[in-house]
Amino acid sequence: MTWRPRLAEGTAPVLVVLLLLLIGLAVAGPAYDEPSGYLALLKRAAPLMILAIGQYFVIVSGGFDLSVGALVTAGVVIAARLINGSESATARVILLVLAFGLLVGLVNGLITTKLLVPSFIVTLGMLLVLDGAIFLWTGGAPRGALSAGFRTFGRGAVDVPALGEVPWSVLILLGILLAAALFMRGGTGRALVAVGDNEAAVRLSGGQVDRLRLLAFVLSGLLAAVAAILLGGFAGVSAQVGDGLEFRAITAVVLGGVLLGGGRGSVVAAAAGALSLEALFTLLNLLGVSGALESAVQGVIIIAAVAYASLGNGVRQRLRWWPQQRDSARPAQPAAS
Amino acid sequence: MSTLQEKAIPVGQKATRLVVRRRLTPTVIVYLALVALLVVGSVLVGLRGEVLLDQGGILNILTRATALGLVAIGQTMVILTGSLDLSVAYLVGLTSLIAAETMAGRDGMVVPGVLLALAVAAGVGLVNGLVITVLKANAFIATLGVALILRGYLEDNYTGPAGDVPRGFQHLGYDRIGPVPVAALLMLAAAALAWWYLSRTRPGYHMYAVGGDIEVARLSGVPTRRVIVTAHVLCSVAAGLTGIYLASRLGSGAPYVGTDAGYDLESIAAVVLGGTLLAGGRGGVVGTIGGVLILATLDTIFDDLEVDPFFKDVVRGVVLVTAVALYARRMIANRAPGRLA
Repeated sequence: MTWRPRLAEGTAPVLVVLLLLLIGLAVAGPAYDEPSGYLALLKRAAPLMILAIGQYFVIVSGGFDLSVGALVTAGVVIAARLINGSESATARVILLVLAFGLLVGLVNGLITTKLLVPSFIVTLGMLLVLDGAIFLWTGGAPRGALSAGFRTFGRGAVDVPALGEVPWSVLILLGILLAAALFMRGGTGRALVAVGDNEAAVRLSGGQVDRLRLLAFVLSGLLAAVAAILLGGFAGVSAQVGDGLEFRAITAVVLGGVLLGGGRGSVVAAAAGALSLEALFTLLNLLGVSGALESAVQGVIIIAAVAYASLGNGVRQRLRWWPQQRDSARPAQPAAS
Repeated sequence: MSTLQEKAIPVGQKATRLVVRRRLTPTVIVYLALVALLVVGSVLVGLRGEVLLDQGGILNILTRATALGLVAIGQTMVILTGSLDLSVAYLVGLTSLIAAETMAGRDGMVVPGVLLALAVAAGVGLVNGLVITVLKANAFIATLGVALILRGYLEDNYTGPAGDVPRGFQHLGYDRIGPVPVAALLMLAAAALAWWYLSRTRPGYHMYAVGGDIEVARLSGVPTRRVIVTAHVLCSVAAGLTGIYLASRLGSGAPYVGTDAGYDLESIAAVVLGGTLLAGGRGGVVGTIGGVLILATLDTIFDDLEVDPFFKDVVRGVVLVTAVALYARRMIANRAPGRLA
């Protein structure tokens, strides 16, 4: 009972799933015999993984961020319009896109914490505002073009000693993942999880609940801007680049065993959930499953993952003692961190 | 902090304040806002030398409100129960196809088509409810998963409109009494039925109880699982009715008629705009209809003013967040400090 595994609770299943998917890829596709195939997979998955890390901060502190998809679209469209093919503007625009993400996150967080509007509604409103404002500004269709320098981050690679060519996006992803994992091990990260688990307790013990939740939204907005830069480079300018990404990121986080409503789950598992999702799509593609059925499979999988997570607890408790069954939705045992 | 402030206010003043607060429920605010919007809109449209609330204007508002209203009535029940339904948009498309394909232009097949569409809708609602109660999946994920499954089915089997609705059935979508469409009256009747169910029957009370605090409800002997499943079935049936109505208007079934209009998030927005708490337990259908009418009126005003369509989304987002911030402010004033998710 008192023994705690080193991995955070809920991390093990997603890692097993990921491993199975990777083995499946190795069996199904000849491209996955060498490391380069997996590197390409990681490069493709990087934007979603970064979004999932951002979404994780918000979800684990007890909220939702539905605005990230629109924010990605906004980031790409703004960058294309402002750069307009000129190489010299690249650095300035990248900073501007990051600042824009930060600002959107700040607004989301301030409205949630100061005006006490549920984050689901705030970010839904932000989604509507961003979608409308961006197309109002561009007149319906994105204009301009990204510079080669901007696109380097999404599709370029860099020579790393001992590893050979590694895509920029993978390096950025690994940097963010490492920083996020270290952050979640520190005091602020733990307090963030505690806010999602029991806000009143954090407040009574002197924690800055509002500031922590604000921080979560700001990080989510900032990481969405990073994802926009990578996706813009990888996929180019389009008005649909961010469509549905918010739900995909939430799916990834949930697949990683993070509890919706907060207080439980690890950031590495959330990122692994995103990678699993991308690996799953790749595998379905290799197996020749039609693209249309992809979403159906995604639907079945997230229901199964969540059911497994909550029923796992329920079944264990039911075996122990019947009346405890009702606690199964929210077991009393604190999250292992 | 608040107790200090209350002490400073004389007793009499405090009492009248409380009375005003009690009367100004979110439902009242919604309808006051609707009236204000109609007045401001009429003036703005009037400045262009046109009339907002002429026959065409009323028809426009009510037609826009009908489909969203039906979905939102169902969504209200689910949200009141403390749940959420993200699958309604695809379900609207699916039921419009089922109805239109079953009818296939034959008058005799109207009733079977409607019944089959409603049965499928109820089935989807049952699945939603059972996944949430038996598999204990979070409502957000459960209904998102079901939505993705429906989407996969639609994308795999349909590329565009399919099926054919007999001419006789199109009367449902186009007939009107004066400026009022028959379908809008039917929608209002459904709203009245839902209002009666929620505020005058035992299962309706149970929905509020479950949404307020599911543990307390369970300990008080409320069959919480059954209540949640019922709410989801009713919500899906409402979405099915929307699909049937849209099939009658379009003359055929269309797979993306629900998602193009964004009925999933839009209906949630309308419900919340109508003063129902997203966390459940508070609110009602009357407010929801007010929220739907506000959204429909905004659209109509913008159309009359020939505002850029993208500007509508911006205004909607701002209106939604502002409204909920207002309700939250009042809740804080009325109750001990507590926070919503």
